[in-house]
Amino acid sequence: MVEWTDKERAAISDIFSKLDYDEVGQKCLSRCLIVYPWTQRYFGAFGNLYNAEAIMNNPLIAKHGTTVLRGLERALNNMDDIKNTYAELSVLHSEKLHVDPDNFKLLSDCLTIVIAAKMGTTFTPEYQASFQKFLSVVVSALGKQYH
Amino acid sequence: MSLSAKEKVIVKDFFAKVSSRSDEIGAEALARLIVVYPQTKSYFAHWKDLSPNGAPVRKHGITVMGGVYEAVSKIDDLAGGLLTLSELHAFMLRVDPVNFKILSHCILVVLSMMFAEEFTPQIHVAVDKFLALLALALAEKYR
Repeated sequence: MVEWTDKERAAISDIFSKLDYDEVGQKCLSRCLIVYPWTQRYFGAFGNLYNAEAIMNNPLIAKHGTTVLRGLERALNNMDDIKNTYAELSVLHSEKLHVDPDNFKLLSDCLTIVIAAKMGTTFTPEYQASFQKFLSVVVSALGKQYH
Repeated sequence: MSLSAKEKVIVKDFFAKVSSRSDEIGAEALARLIVVYPQTKSYFAHWKDLSPNGAPVRKHGITVMGGVYEAVSKIDDLAGGLLTLSELHAFMLRVDPVNFKILSHCILVVLSMMFAEEFTPQIHVAVDKFLALLALALAEKYR
């Protein structure tokens, strides 16, 4: 069971309250595909990913970014049981999507960097610590059902 | 993975652009390292003050960032150019190389925070690659 302090819960809620899921989702996913190009392997059906401009303007990528953020919101709303909340999602990523779980960490690093850009100095070291703890719990839960 | 000629230019130009705030970048990155990854404090147990905004942490962040800038100037031969620094880290400091990766991440977060407009995905990938190659060069003499 993950223990969250009140400060951590407050920080994570505060961060999410400032996010436009469409904007941050699109920025985060497109950044991941540009910075770690091998992650593009999972998006063969998404159309033009030939260069950074194409990725950043791709509407399917943008839409999927929103989907990812909505998924993270589910973890936010169930912080005391992320593992079970994500059981189905974990099976989906393992059995259907066949995503190497190492990729979850890459995407979560990109999300941290996008949020840092958005929040500037209000993304304090303490906020970063809380948010990265949240993301590592999410990443662990997503990898739980792999076998 | 190696830096293309274009990426070397991107890295040199970007670091030149932000050089006036390099002290701030270094201090902030090291502060974040010890707050977000508390296990890294084990390397600084000899400091009286381990608070993120305290003088020792900020001063050392500046030192580390100086090393990053030295690496930028030697971007065409990182292993050769950083030989002395590698020997320092290998034989004296003996910092586990896994920490290079997490410090790199903290530097990227700080760059993104301080230079949101400029730190585009294209610049991000070039800088990330550079920091990874820097880490590799630093680990050159480890074994």
